[in-house]
Amino acid sequence: MKLPSKELNKILVRRYWADRVFRLCAVTMLLITLGTLAALLIDVFIDGAGRLSWPFLTSFPSRKPEQAGILSALVGTVYLMILTVVIAFPVGVGAAVYLEEYARRGWLSRLIELNIANLAGVPSIIYGLLGLELFVRAMRLEESLLAGALTMSLLVLPLVIIASREALRAVPPSIREASFALGASLWQTIWNQVLPLAFPGILTGAILAASRAIGEAAPLITIGALTYIAFLPDSLVAPFTVMPIQIFNWVSRPQKGFFEAAAAAIIVLLAVLLLMNAVAVYLRQKYQKRMNL
Amino acid sequence: MMPKRSQRGRIGEGLIQVLLLFCGILSVFTTLGIVAVLLFETIEFFREVSLVEFLTDTQWTPLFADKRFGILPLLSGTFLTTVIAVLVAMPVGLLSAIYLSEYASEKVRPVIKPLLEILAGIPTVVYGYFALLFVTPLLQKLIPSMAGFNALSPGIVMGIMIIPMISSLSEDAMYAVPQSLREAAYAMGSSKLQAAWRVVVPAAASGIAASFLLAVSRAIGETMIVAIAAGQQPRLTLNPFVPIETMTTYIVQVSLGDTPHGTIEYKTIFAVGTMLFVITLGLNLVSRWLRERFREQYG
Amino acid sequence: MKTTAPWAFEIQDLNSWYGGRQALQKISLLIPERRITAIIGPSGCGKSTFIRCLNRINDLIPGFRVEGRVLFKGQDIYDPTMDPVEIRFRVGMVFQKPNPFPKSIYDNVAYGPLIWGTRKGPALDTAVEESLKRAALWDEVKDMLHQSALTLSGGQQQRLCIARALAVEPEVLLLDEPCSALDPIATARIEELLLELKKSYTIIIVTHNMQQAARVSDVTGFFLLGELIEFAETKRIFTNPVDRRTEDYITGRFG
Repeated sequence: MKLPSKELNKILVRRYWADRVFRLCAVTMLLITLGTLAALLIDVFIDGAGRLSWPFLTSFPSRKPEQAGILSALVGTVYLMILTVVIAFPVGVGAAVYLEEYARRGWLSRLIELNIANLAGVPSIIYGLLGLELFVRAMRLEESLLAGALTMSLLVLPLVIIASREALRAVPPSIREASFALGASLWQTIWNQVLPLAFPGILTGAILAASRAIGEAAPLITIGALTYIAFLPDSLVAPFTVMPIQIFNWVSRPQKGFFEAAAAAIIVLLAVLLLMNAVAVYLRQKYQKRMNL
Repeated sequence: MMPKRSQRGRIGEGLIQVLLLFCGILSVFTTLGIVAVLLFETIEFFREVSLVEFLTDTQWTPLFADKRFGILPLLSGTFLTTVIAVLVAMPVGLLSAIYLSEYASEKVRPVIKPLLEILAGIPTVVYGYFALLFVTPLLQKLIPSMAGFNALSPGIVMGIMIIPMISSLSEDAMYAVPQSLREAAYAMGSSKLQAAWRVVVPAAASGIAASFLLAVSRAIGETMIVAIAAGQQPRLTLNPFVPIETMTTYIVQVSLGDTPHGTIEYKTIFAVGTMLFVITLGLNLVSRWLRERFREQYG
Repeated sequence: MKTTAPWAFEIQDLNSWYGGRQALQKISLLIPERRITAIIGPSGCGKSTFIRCLNRINDLIPGFRVEGRVLFKGQDIYDPTMDPVEIRFRVGMVFQKPNPFPKSIYDNVAYGPLIWGTRKGPALDTAVEESLKRAALWDEVKDMLHQSALTLSGGQQQRLCIARALAVEPEVLLLDEPCSALDPIATARIEELLLELKKSYTIIIVTHNMQQAARVSDVTGFFLLGELIEFAETKRIFTNPVDRRTEDYITGRFG
């Protein structure tokens, strides 16, 4: 195109401006987004730090905001998390092993795959409705810890399966071939060679699934988990509450004192999540190093 | 002795395979369970309420003495918060994705990406707290007429929550656009912005659209933020400054009360749940179809 | 070398590196205007790197570095005050694999004029038609301009890419192994086209196909391991090479 150099220069200058404006917009938006994250954390910390104390961690909830604590919620969260992992982990890893190591590319494995992908996108509250009918009513578990853990297990199952499949896929096929060459059966190969290598990756996925489970409130509210519990669950079928529900309950009250308690509980919840994610990151790094050998 | 052992081994192997298959199929049962439960109670619901009333009545008052069962107010509430969330998340998410995929240096990207991912990992009750006690008071300073419970504040916060979903999935899609297309664009003298906006983004369009739909579906199904900060008043309105109620919030509201099984109130949450499930499933399926198409295009 | 044409490119002591690995060593040569210059050599010899230095497209590769001078019409394109975008405006390029944008045929060709200030309308339509005609593709696609470019055959796609590059009306056309993904018939059509185009453009073509270089080019450079071994009129290179290595290569003893 015959552009006089003046014309060309004009076009170039205009474009560099457009480029600069775009870059500025994008960076500004990113900074606003990350700034919001910072605002959230700072806001919660300012509101709740004063309320954090040993008695707060070791007291039951109370009608008086200044006496309220999160003991039952904290213990409930820990119990629920452990139970959920115990249920979802073997089933999820089993499904992943089946899909990666056994299944032939047929309609069944395609159906299972499509199904898992769709389950991962079902709103969590729908799992609550399933849990309510299936575990609470049909299996007569009432609003128990076990009903909550089973509901939560179904919710995180797709996550465990997806993460485990990725970990299994990362194990080089040469390992399997070497094991077969020694006369090992398929299951011996999986159990002795493949799973140990994939284990850290699977564990990372399990931790991420567990952190999803401890942040959820909606499905547990739907199955009828209580919002006020002044005792610790002593069996699988005992009633329970968890931190997100406790926070929701406190935020829903009119007294300002409960808002502070909610903020303090959020700090505890975020601390637990941070710890779990740190472990996941640590495991992933360790895992990558070993794979590179 | 050898044959015996291997026979027992074979049985063991077979047993394990069946067990593993069962684990895989369990997820199919989960879906079937969801569909069955929703369908069963929803059919029960429609024995008492006509489908026409459900879809056209403008009042939703199952918990009052004068019961009306029009889902439109809940749909409008869900629609309103979702639209606000998407209006926040789409531009920010897309711009971030373009920036991360086409502009950011190798040093900046690994810092920003995990920071964005943190947003997706924060529990939704925490966002609810933030919306009610930080964003709403802030907005009220700008718009004094705004109610303490409203659609705007949780909508915005929900938008921030789904930004990483859009940005990371869109970035993946743009990353998958072959480098040769970028080279062709640059070889004709494109600026970065032109290469990104006129070539890479259109080439990744189906992948980007898939990420939008997934984000919309996530916003529709989001519960705790709106339950905390949007109020619990079903209202057929598109005014973002007044209290409303979403489908998810209604389910929470009923669950918090003591609603005996078999009552019409109990059945309503399943009818509403079915509506929610159908909408999100549709969005997820279309999103998946788009992603598949995108993958076919670029192997 | 007997040619009356002035030089399109004067390249002096060009060295380049990908990270720590040197890809080109002390390349010096003169590329005549309105001629077809072929660059041949075995794979990995630096011929692609060389041609990608002429429009600074290699700037996009992290860790890429050049030294030396590349004068285009007397201006050093690696001069810090030079804008690579302006060079790419004046020096068009066609790549190894056809890479049409996933848009319509029309939009592919219109892309260049649009980003260089032509507005939608009759002027743009004319530009698109002209470019397609010059790329000898018009008759095949004139009734399907708004179909996706991806529905075309490989050879048509590559001619579309040539049309797309011509739409900007560059002074030079760089072609990086443009026929390596095409069948012999499509290849012949492109060669025919190049001979037509050289009336108005300076053309530099990288090829691993020696017959192609012999058929279309006026001058040929032979690269080996990042060095320019020999550069002369095509006829002489193929009939009477000076360097032993050139002779070995064109007689098929290695490569």
